[in-house]
Amino acid sequence: MIRRHRTTALVALAAALTLSACGGGGDPLAEDEGSQEGDSTGDGGQSLVIGSANFPENVLLAEIYAAALGDAGVEVSTNLNIGNREAYMAGLEDGSIDLIPEYTGNLTLYLNEAAEATESDAVYAELQEALPDNLTVLEMAEAEDKDSVVVTAETAEEFDLASIADLAPHAPNMVLGGPPEWRDRFTGVPGLQEVYGLEFSEFKPLDAGSTLTVQALLNGQIDAGNIFSTDPAIVENDFVALEDPESLFAAQNVVPLIATDAVTPEVEEALNTVSAGLTTENLTEMMVQVQDSDPADVAREFVDAL
Amino acid sequence: MIATIWAWLSDPTNWSGSGGILAQALEHLRLSGIALLAAALVAVPIGLYVGHTGRGRVVLVNAVSAFRAIPSLGVLFIAALLLLPRLRGDLAFELPSLIVLATLGIPPILSGVYAGIGQVDPAARDAARGMGMTSWQQLWQVEVPCALPLIFSGLRSSMMQIIATATIAAVVGLGGLGRFLIDGQANRAYDEMAGGALLVAALALLIDLVGALLQRFVVSPGLTPATRR
Amino acid sequence: MTALGTDLGEVAGFAAQHAYLAGVPLLLGLLISLPLGWVALRRRWLTPPVIVGTGLLYTIPSLALFVLLPGILGTQILDPINVVVAMTLYTIALLTRTVADGLGSVPDHVRQAATAMGYGPLRRFWAVELPMAVPVISAGLRVAAVSNVSMVSVAALIGVSQLGLLFTDGFSRSAMGPIVVGVLACVLLALLFDLLILTLTRLLTPWLRAART
Repeated sequence: MIRRHRTTALVALAAALTLSACGGGGDPLAEDEGSQEGDSTGDGGQSLVIGSANFPENVLLAEIYAAALGDAGVEVSTNLNIGNREAYMAGLEDGSIDLIPEYTGNLTLYLNEAAEATESDAVYAELQEALPDNLTVLEMAEAEDKDSVVVTAETAEEFDLASIADLAPHAPNMVLGGPPEWRDRFTGVPGLQEVYGLEFSEFKPLDAGSTLTVQALLNGQIDAGNIFSTDPAIVENDFVALEDPESLFAAQNVVPLIATDAVTPEVEEALNTVSAGLTTENLTEMMVQVQDSDPADVAREFVDAL
Repeated sequence: MIATIWAWLSDPTNWSGSGGILAQALEHLRLSGIALLAAALVAVPIGLYVGHTGRGRVVLVNAVSAFRAIPSLGVLFIAALLLLPRLRGDLAFELPSLIVLATLGIPPILSGVYAGIGQVDPAARDAARGMGMTSWQQLWQVEVPCALPLIFSGLRSSMMQIIATATIAAVVGLGGLGRFLIDGQANRAYDEMAGGALLVAALALLIDLVGALLQRFVVSPGLTPATRR
Repeated sequence: MTALGTDLGEVAGFAAQHAYLAGVPLLLGLLISLPLGWVALRRRWLTPPVIVGTGLLYTIPSLALFVLLPGILGTQILDPINVVVAMTLYTIALLTRTVADGLGSVPDHVRQAATAMGYGPLRRFWAVELPMAVPVISAGLRVAAVSNVSMVSVAALIGVSQLGLLFTDGFSRSAMGPIVVGVLACVLLALLFDLLILTLTRLLTPWLRAART
């Protein structure tokens, strides 16, 4: 009796672990969860994997791409919130993901540190040149989301600040906050130093989204912070986004970056339709909606209205 | 790979200054120390009470297990979202992390104290009672000294966990050695990241060693052979 | 269906992946810890290096292991296999000592009786020592299961899909809903693992139940 019990239990153990291993029923190693479209059978063959950076707007854009491609009959899956550019570019290189929403200016600078263009079309042209053969960008959208240096209304008034250049005399007494990658990126601390001559007393690494940066500004732990220009927090908290007369932060149009061998006519058409419909206004509006609803739902609504 | 990590670790410029290794290690120790103290302040009295009176044993065992199941990263984010808008200054970034670290440190101490008191030889208790000790005297003069080895091992494993998890708290802007991990990852500086990881492991070991020495010093020599199996 | 502004279908998908990332390492870790624990117990001179060595694994921060493993293993950076390997290492770190303790708790007279009945070393291990060590090993396994579930969520910081993504997603949007749902799902999953191990332990140790009734 004892022996039989034990065998049954061992079989149960094996079965249970196999079951939990298989989870949703598909291949658990395929990055297929979180997707609304396509079956979870994603075996890497036909399925197009859409990635996103680790901030809300990029997640939203990735969901928009996913919804539009799904409607076009393309089998897609998503792998969102991967990390910063340094992280997901590695994912694109090694084939973990095939498509990600990008921003023309920063992508160009990532690929070519010597890039100089600042105006939208010129940046796009430079980007095309800088791209390796295995990566392609489709048409860019009018929508733009720039890095911006932001201060509180009080700080702006106290030091009479309107542009980043105005910070120069005060920077040595100020703390700058931003995502950790700003420490080494040219469009971060090094660029602010080189282009505007800003020597902040300290750089405080915060998160990539704006949650910590906004709080740190309000708390007075930092005096200036990096927040995206479409972030609703700027308006909500009366922050002042400083002008960028030297165009350190070049044009940042939203553009789909895709592995060249994943481009098909259907994919291209679906994504170009999205880009044609995206404006800075409707993107900013959607960013407000995303604060208290699921990005996938907001994306769905937008794509349905296209 | 090992060569680049060593190069990062042996570069003196990485050690000095406000964001240097020494400063961050001290910061790591300060935060971990505060968290351990807070955890002990909560866990030790409860553990002593349950161990001594035997009341609430089932609740405690289940609570310890449930506590362990709570994912620190999630609680860290909840604490940060709740507290950040309500606090000012450096406290705003430190308090959420400290709460999470202290929460994390409670279960090992609790089970150590409780188990330590629980396994005291009943003969020793009876003898204490026979000598006319009050319940309070029994606890402090007999049970606690006898339970010290297990209490110490609870404190040490709590400290190990706090030190290891304090690295994650760098995600919400906390200082300490975790900065090298988070900043290194963000900037794809693997040498910095691996170096930081080694430093955290080294710090945890060093502190555990200090704990072991302290234990030797504090625990009654009469107990040591009995607990060694 | 949604709860607290979170799509529950998505949560279920994350939970399945989470169970996989925490569960498979548990099984692999147990399989590796059994021989390690046995060796640590039977070859006295090996005890300190094995116990200390596996204990050392636990001091490496999980985030560091997740990020550095692709470089060591040559795997893709977003490949969940990195998390599986890391979690297996942590499971071994927790279980080896427990296995050694469990096997060591088998009374000598029981082992001698088995030998006297003609059991060879291997059969004695499988039929006598291991079953008798089940309660102790199972206690360790429960701790490992619960801590695995909690630790897997850290992999969200490197973009591996599981319940932890609800944390990073919620935090970056300042939305409490997904984080709370994620924490609850994690705790629920840990409880499920715990329950599964408890049930299996009961089935594997019928003599304990017999003694109780």
